Amino acid sequence: MSASAVHSLWTTAATDPIDKIGAPDIEYGQLSPTLIVIGAAIIGILIEAFVPRKIRYYAQVFVSVVALAAAFAAVVALAAGGYGTTKAGIAAMGAIAVDGPALFLQGTILLAGILGVFTFAERRLDPAAHGNKVDSFAAQAASVPGSDSEKAAVKAGFATTEVFPLLLFAIGGMLIFPAANDLLTLFIALEVFSLPLYLLCAVARRKRLMSQEAAVKYFLLGAFASAFTLFGIALLYGYAGSVSYATIAQVVDGTVAEITPALAGTMGNDALLLIGTAMVVMGLLFKVGAVPFHMWTPDVYQGAPTPVTGFMAAATKVAAFGALLRLLYVVLPGLRWDWRPVMWAVAIVTMLGGAIVAITQTDIKRLLAYSSIAHAGFILAGVIATSPDGVSSVLFYLGAYSFVTIGAFAVVTLVRDAGGEATHLSKWAGLGRRSPLVAAVFAVFLLAFAGIPLTSGFAGKFAVFKAAAEGGAGAIVVVGVISSAIAAFFYIRVIVLMFFSEPRPEGPTVAVPSPLTMTAIGVGVVVTLVLGVAPQYFLDLAGQAGTFVR
Amino acid sequence: MNPVNYLYLAALLFTIGATGVLIRRNAIVVFMCVELMLNACNLALVAFSRMHGNLDGQIIAFFTMVVAAAEVVVGLAIIVSLFRSRHSASVDDASLMKL
Repeated sequence: MSASAVHSLWTTAATDPIDKIGAPDIEYGQLSPTLIVIGAAIIGILIEAFVPRKIRYYAQVFVSVVALAAAFAAVVALAAGGYGTTKAGIAAMGAIAVDGPALFLQGTILLAGILGVFTFAERRLDPAAHGNKVDSFAAQAASVPGSDSEKAAVKAGFATTEVFPLLLFAIGGMLIFPAANDLLTLFIALEVFSLPLYLLCAVARRKRLMSQEAAVKYFLLGAFASAFTLFGIALLYGYAGSVSYATIAQVVDGTVAEITPALAGTMGNDALLLIGTAMVVMGLLFKVGAVPFHMWTPDVYQGAPTPVTGFMAAATKVAAFGALLRLLYVVLPGLRWDWRPVMWAVAIVTMLGGAIVAITQTDIKRLLAYSSIAHAGFILAGVIATSPDGVSSVLFYLGAYSFVTIGAFAVVTLVRDAGGEATHLSKWAGLGRRSPLVAAVFAVFLLAFAGIPLTSGFAGKFAVFKAAAEGGAGAIVVVGVISSAIAAFFYIRVIVLMFFSEPRPEGPTVAVPSPLTMTAIGVGVVVTLVLGVAPQYFLDLAGQAGTFVR
Repeated sequence: MNPVNYLYLAALLFTIGATGVLIRRNAIVVFMCVELMLNACNLALVAFSRMHGNLDGQIIAFFTMVVAAAEVVVGLAIIVSLFRSRHSASVDDASLMKL
């Protein structure tokens, strides 16, 4: 008896083998920016595992900068190859869109990421501890602040070089977020960039209790918001029977090709669609920090290490607005008569709320946090426009805003006293007399935030308000201009404080940074002025990039 | 059994979780309530998957489990480090930063 005959005594061949699952087609070239960044993050983890402690810092900084630069080059190559305009398409089996807005925002996030790495890598601001240069991050994040184990870690010269791979993972998630073309990818990208940011918030060297508190608040509220997003995704999936953006859009419009009996039942149920949309949009508005989902912003911005705050304030906003634009413009244009009034209300309370509460702030980081809330409102005004100009103005605003933000927070890291950064506003009095250059640079950033002509802030605000006015949202523009005026008051107040009041004898000193932070600040100033004086080229670029692929 | 009943259950669990996040004061319990919300999402996804007769919802449920596990890793690390430095995991005690 042969082996197979024996075998057949107690087994039988399956008559119809299960349909083989085809291998997916992945367009590696079009996805290369994200793949490079995530790959470098994994290399960063291997560096943590295998490279001697002394050279880890150099290896991590090198890998991070090279990877981000290579990813940016890949984005530029894709854009030059026409993937932003004529060859825009959907990659990775429908999961990721490669189109103008995605490439524009990915480029912005990568540049912000490079500047972020520079500010993360700064080691000249704090005095050296036991002969070892120290950065803004705890020697050993696991040890209790002030404990013996922390003192031992500082003495041994430990450093939390894990922040660089964490930053790369966050950037990887942010690159996918505005390009996500189905709801599952959206949710996974949201978590991939949020989780590293929660950790980065917790590892400040100075004021670690505040830093841990910020991380707990950010984590609990962030997880709460992503649970809402996920339930909204479940409801939208229930409504349309698919998570693909294109299919949901067709079901919303009623132009879907094949209607199964189940779909016929659910697509008549507007409650699923409206509640699902509301919950997903709520999660995205949480990430951009729009009122009434802004409660985490001031505490997290204040408590997190300042380099992390700067990066987070810039890049999270870019990624989240990209995802919000794609969701509203690609998936839900058929629903715009429902979401526009809600977005009107959110934009108005965000602009006014951020600007008014900022007036009462006495801490520079909290002030910038409320200012970022007000800016989220200005950007929402462009989102409401529902026109090609609306998309391109939002893209331009995000690009301009992210450089100003990183530069401004980099300046905040320079002003220091014995306890670390001197963030209380009263300590900034007379800074312009003591270090005119730093104060002047910060004044440029504040004027850009305020939207004064010849800075990028003016060009960006003008673009979004023009788009909003042409899109029929005149009332938003009026409120926007009023809240800009309110916001200008507290920006100017800081400038007056810096230049026209007497320096206090026990006031802070301005640390001399290494070329890393100088580059971050310098690039911020140059971009702010260039986009302010000659914005047309970049407005055209954003205009060309303003078409979503469906 | 009509799958719509599972949706009602999912909505109920989600509401219980959301209420818990808002009223409980211990960070660990708040976090458990978030996990309950994620599981409610899973139930809704699987029920919808059954209604529509496609597998998308079940696949998302697997991803959600992985995300929830990753969230536990990060969240517990943060909450435990806060507890070790303050000997309290109450979210009311964490109030160094006020207006």
